[in-house]
Amino acid sequence: MLMLENLNVRQGDFHLTANVGFAAGQITALIGPSGAGKSTILSVIAGFYQAEGQVLWRGEPITDLRPDQRPVSILFQDNNLFPHLTVSQNVGLALRASLRLTRDEPRRVDEMLASVGLSGMGARKPAALSGGQQSRAALARLLLQDRPVILLDEPFAALGPGLKQEMLTLVRERALTDNRVVLMVTHDPQDALVAADQIALVDEGQLFAPLPAREVMDNPPDVLQRYLGTSS
Amino acid sequence: MVIALVLVLTLGTLLAVLWRAEGVGGLGRAEWAAIRFTVLQAILSAAASVVLAIPVARALSRRRFRGRSVLITLLGAPFILPVIVAVMGLLAVFGRNGLLNDAISMAGGDRISIYGLGGVVLAHVFFNLPLAVRMILQGWIAIPAERFRLVVSLGASVSAMLERPMLRAVLPGAFMAIFLICLTSFAVALVLGGGPKATTVELAIYQAVRFDFDLGRAALLAAVQFGLSIIAALAAWFITVPEGFGAGLDRVLPRWDGASLWERSCDALAIALAAAFLILPLSMVVIKGMIGLSDLPASVWPAIARSVSVAAVSTALTITAAVLLSMRGGRAVGVASALPLAASSLVVGTGLFVVVQPMFNPGKLALLVTALMNALMALPFALRVIAPAFERVEADYGRLADSIGLKGWARVRISVLPRIRKPLGFAAGLAAALSMGDLGVIALFATSDQQTLPLLMYQLMGSYRTDAASGAALVLLSLSLCAFWIFDRGGRADADA
Repeated sequence: MLMLENLNVRQGDFHLTANVGFAAGQITALIGPSGAGKSTILSVIAGFYQAEGQVLWRGEPITDLRPDQRPVSILFQDNNLFPHLTVSQNVGLALRASLRLTRDEPRRVDEMLASVGLSGMGARKPAALSGGQQSRAALARLLLQDRPVILLDEPFAALGPGLKQEMLTLVRERALTDNRVVLMVTHDPQDALVAADQIALVDEGQLFAPLPAREVMDNPPDVLQRYLGTSS
Repeated sequence: MVIALVLVLTLGTLLAVLWRAEGVGGLGRAEWAAIRFTVLQAILSAAASVVLAIPVARALSRRRFRGRSVLITLLGAPFILPVIVAVMGLLAVFGRNGLLNDAISMAGGDRISIYGLGGVVLAHVFFNLPLAVRMILQGWIAIPAERFRLVVSLGASVSAMLERPMLRAVLPGAFMAIFLICLTSFAVALVLGGGPKATTVELAIYQAVRFDFDLGRAALLAAVQFGLSIIAALAAWFITVPEGFGAGLDRVLPRWDGASLWERSCDALAIALAAAFLILPLSMVVIKGMIGLSDLPASVWPAIARSVSVAAVSTALTITAAVLLSMRGGRAVGVASALPLAASSLVVGTGLFVVVQPMFNPGKLALLVTALMNALMALPFALRVIAPAFERVEADYGRLADSIGLKGWARVRISVLPRIRKPLGFAAGLAAALSMGDLGVIALFATSDQQTLPLLMYQLMGSYRTDAASGAALVLLSLSLCAFWIFDRGGRADADA
C-alpha cells in the first residue's frame, strides 16, 4: 500500500492536499484539468518535490529518501532516454548506474528488450527508433529496475491513439505483476478506461480517493463532469 | 576548492603585492595620466566599435550573399587571434610603411603615425568591431519576422518601430562589454602605446615591475585597475550584456523593407568595408609571414614547444576548473566569471612571484605561472560556454539521472559529458588559442631561455628584425587557429550521435 498522509503541497498561489492510499496490484489513473497538480503529486512521491506530510510505503515513511533510494520508478513526459547512449546502455542503467555491468547482466538487458518487442535493437541509439519503440525502451528500463511503485507521468502523450493504446496494454501486461502499485497521469478518460482499475480525480486543490474506473465513468461525479464539460 | 583558488589568485595575489610593497604612496601625475588614458581609450574604442558595427549588423541581418556565412565565421576570428599578430597585421596596413601610408605618400601627403591613442583605438576596434557586430546582429535576428511584416503592412517605419527600440536595448550592453575588455588592455598598449601620453594602467604596472621593481607603485596601480574593472563589471552586470557567442547568426530575416538602390548600396558598402578591415591585415600577416619564414631564428622551435606546452597545461586547467564549477553551479560560477575579468594578469603574476620567491627562483616557474595565469584568464569565457550547457543537460536529464541513482563522477561521465562535448570542445579551443597567443605575464618574468612564441615575436619586432617577426607571426597565427580547430573539431565529432 502506498499512502499519502496529510500531504500538503504549496507553490505560490497553488495549493493541493492529499490524504489517500493506493492498493498494490492495481493501476490508478490520476485525472484532472491542466494545472490541477497531477504531475506534482507524482513528483512528490518520486522525491523530486518536497511537501508537508508523509509518503508511506508499506507503513514506512519514505519522505526523507533520495529519489534513487525510494521504491519508485518513474517515466516522464519526455527525456526518458539518454540520446547519446545505445538502447542497451539506457536499459542497463536500471541495473548499474555506472554502466559497469557484470558478465550475465547484458543477457538480462537483452531478455528485457525482447520482452517489450525490441529484440536486436540494443545497439541502436534512441534517435534511430520510432516514438513507440523509444517508449518501449524506456518501459524496459523501468521494468528492469524492478521497483514496486511505478509512476507514469504521461510518457505516451506524444504517441498516436493506436500506439498509445498498445503501450498502455503493454504496461498492464508487464507492469502489473508482483503486486506493484501503478499510478498514471492522464487527461484522457479513454486511457483510464483502457488501462486503469481505478480513477483518482484531482481538482480544486485536492486529490480525491480513488474509485473503480468503470463506476466513475458510468456515474461521473461533479468534478469529472465539469472536467469533461458535461455538467448541466 | 576551485573557487578558493580563483580567490587566492585574484584577491590573494593583490594582497601579496600590497603586503610586499614598501609603502603605497598617493597617485602621482604619471599614474593619473595612465588612468585618464585608460578610460579615454576604452570609451573611444567601445564607442567606435559599437557605432561602426550598427550598419554592418543591419546589412548582415537583411542581405543574403555568397560568402555571408564565411564572413560571419570570420567575425569570430579576432577573439582567438593573438594580439601581437593582429597588431603586426595592422602595422602592415596602417603603419608608417604600411599600405595606407604608401597610398597617402603616392598622393603627395605626409605619412601618418599609428602609434599613440589613434593606434590603440584602431587595434581595439579591430578586435571588438566583430564582437559588437555579433552582439547587435543577435538583437536584429531576435526580432520576429512577423513584426517586420506587420510594420511594413501598416506603412510604419521599420527603423522607428523595431530597429531603434532594439538598438536602445542592445547597445548599452555591447558598449559596456567592450569597454570592460579595453580597460584591461596590455599587449596593444605595449606595442602601439607607451610614453607618458599613451600608457594604460596595465602597461604602467608592467613598467613599474619590470623596469623599476617598484612593487608599491605596481600595487597601487593594480588596486586602481581592479577598482575600475569592478565598477565597469558592475555597470555591465546591471545593463544586460547580449550573448556574443550565440548560434543561429547565419539566419537571414525575411524583410520587406530596405529594397531601394540607396539602401542596398549602403549595405554593400558597410559589408565590403568591414570585410576589408578584417581581411586585409590578416592577409598581410600571411603574405609577409611567408616571405619571413626563411629568416626565422633557431630559437623559434623551442619557443613553439614552450607555447604549445603552456597552452596544453592551461587548457586542461581551464576545462577542469570550468567543469568542476559548473557542477557546483550557483554563485561560484558568477564569482569565477567576474573576478578574473577584473584582475590584472600582471598583478596576479607579480603576486605569485612575491609568494614563491622565498621558496623557489621565480624565473624557473615563469612558464608554469604563465599557464596558470592563462587558465585563470580564460576561465570566464569557458564558463560562459560550459555552464549554460551543463544547466541544460541537468534541466533535461537531471530527474532521469536522479531516478536511476546516477551520482558524482558517474553522473558527469554518463549523463553530462557526452551531452556537452560541443561546448566543451569550443571552450577548450578558445582556452588553447587564448593561451597560445598570450603576451602578458610571460613578458614580465621570462628569462632569455624561456621565451614563448609571442614573446620571441615581440623581441624580434623590438630589435627591428621585421621579416623574422613576420615569419613568427604566421607560425603563431597558424598554431592558434590549429589549436582552436583541433579542440573544436574534436568536440563536434559524433557529438550529435
